[in-house]
Amino acid sequence: MLWRNWSVRIGGAALVLLLLVSILAPWLGTVDPTLFDAGSRDLRPGAAGEIMTLEGEVLKHTFVMGSDSFGRDIYSRVLYGTRVSLVVGIAAALLSVAFGVVLGLSAGYIRWLDGPLMRVMDGIMAIPAILIAIAVVALWRASLPTVIVAIAIPEIPRVTRLVRALVLSIREEPYVEAAVALGTPTPKIMFGHILPNTIAPLLVQGTYICAFSILLEAILSFLGVGLPPDIPTWGNIMAEGRVQFVAYPHNVFFPGIFLAVTVLAVNILGDGLRDTLDPKMAKRV
Amino acid sequence: MAGDAATAEQIESIRAGLGLDRPIVVQFGLWMQKILSGDLGESFYFRIKVATLIGQRLEPTFALATLTILLAVLVSIPLGVIAAWRFGGWFDRALMGFSVLGFSIPVFVLAYLLIWLVSLKLGWFPVQGYRRLAEGFFPFLHHLVLPAVTLSVIYIALIARVTRASVLEALGEDYIRTARAKGLPELRVLVRHALANAAVPIATVIGIGIAILIGGVVVTESVYAIPGLGRLTVDAVLARDFPTIQGVILFFSFIYVLVNLLIDLSYVFLDPRIRY
Repeated sequence: MLWRNWSVRIGGAALVLLLLVSILAPWLGTVDPTLFDAGSRDLRPGAAGEIMTLEGEVLKHTFVMGSDSFGRDIYSRVLYGTRVSLVVGIAAALLSVAFGVVLGLSAGYIRWLDGPLMRVMDGIMAIPAILIAIAVVALWRASLPTVIVAIAIPEIPRVTRLVRALVLSIREEPYVEAAVALGTPTPKIMFGHILPNTIAPLLVQGTYICAFSILLEAILSFLGVGLPPDIPTWGNIMAEGRVQFVAYPHNVFFPGIFLAVTVLAVNILGDGLRDTLDPKMAKRV
Repeated sequence: MAGDAATAEQIESIRAGLGLDRPIVVQFGLWMQKILSGDLGESFYFRIKVATLIGQRLEPTFALATLTILLAVLVSIPLGVIAAWRFGGWFDRALMGFSVLGFSIPVFVLAYLLIWLVSLKLGWFPVQGYRRLAEGFFPFLHHLVLPAVTLSVIYIALIARVTRASVLEALGEDYIRTARAKGLPELRVLVRHALANAAVPIATVIGIGIAILIGGVVVTESVYAIPGLGRLTVDAVLARDFPTIQGVILFFSFIYVLVNLLIDLSYVFLDPRIRY
């Protein structure tokens, strides 16, 4: 049923392709993305040059997307960058959904917790997402796990609010009332009866969070507050390339195109999932 | 801050001078006490009051944000109304396509695309930099147009989408049929009857969009080398200048909440049925 929607087909296919690229990166004519060669600096796309491996072996290499000011191969860095983006996007989405589900179920089902918890969530939502992420990274120093957590935190209130709203409407459904009347224990009602009915909207929301997380990771790296510059991420490649943008715009454009296409694919997939899984929401937006 | 050759005593005295040797709870208490009396503390890096620092950097950011919102509202609302009016037609589909694209193109990628096309190839606007309003209105505007256009794209995508949805809903109401039946011109039906009734959700999304705008400001100022608050945020993080980071985040959040409060209050004018 899902697969018959064109948005799901296009977005899903593009994502599978990107996933394959990230897994197969070592076999797609790339070199180690951290290798640099002083003799191959600032090459134009398609230029032939050579690059020295860590063992001192000199390889002939065609720089399909050119090289940066250290003589690193942009093509290799962009392909390996796919890994970071997808890992961050998926991990941040899973993390924020997991926390949001637990908090949202609690707020929706435990009366006295609702007020205080939702005020805290309102407080987090008052701070723009990018600023929270920047502040968390500044506090902990950037590494892959801290960047993922930093990106997930501002998304948690959104998931919490969604789950809470769903719980409040689902708990009035006759089948929940029936379960309560039969003396079903509360945890079983929460996880057995209510949670399964929140999965469709959560999947849609999770997809959008994934797209936003990929974008946010690139922004953090680009600003120089994300992952360390030697790790090949799209944001880092662009941050390195921006210094020489006027002379060598391709250092910014190639990772930029990959980033835009990836985010677009995830967003299109999200729209498709929303249209098929959540027809009520589709009519509104 | 102390330099690489600092002795342990020097580091200790700086820590004590900044109050970093006290327990976190005490530090937080003192910080809250100062905030409530309007004191944001002193920057570790710039060595001046954070409030002064924010004041110095306010003009560029305020100018950029104002121009962006103006541009976004003027472009997106007509687009959204036309799309709703011609629901399902080519214009509607094109706008929805643009809207998804606008959400997906990162601000900095768009920024470099525009710099490359409009500044480097066509030479219409300067590549980077900022001129203060005091240096003349034309150079000020000339430097600000490209950043504002860059930043407004995602905002236009957001507002146009919501305008289309809420005008579409209003167009299905009975009073629209009545308005058309009594022979009102289509433009008047769309603006006075449909758009006016769709105003509350549009105002709401403009307010929520301020969060996206603030995030965009940080990136845009960095790309276009505009010495505003966004740039200050990044510089402060790179210098690990915590009082400035705290001050800027607090300031941005305050503005965000304040704008949304004002928008909530504006509902009274947008929809006379709403009373507080």
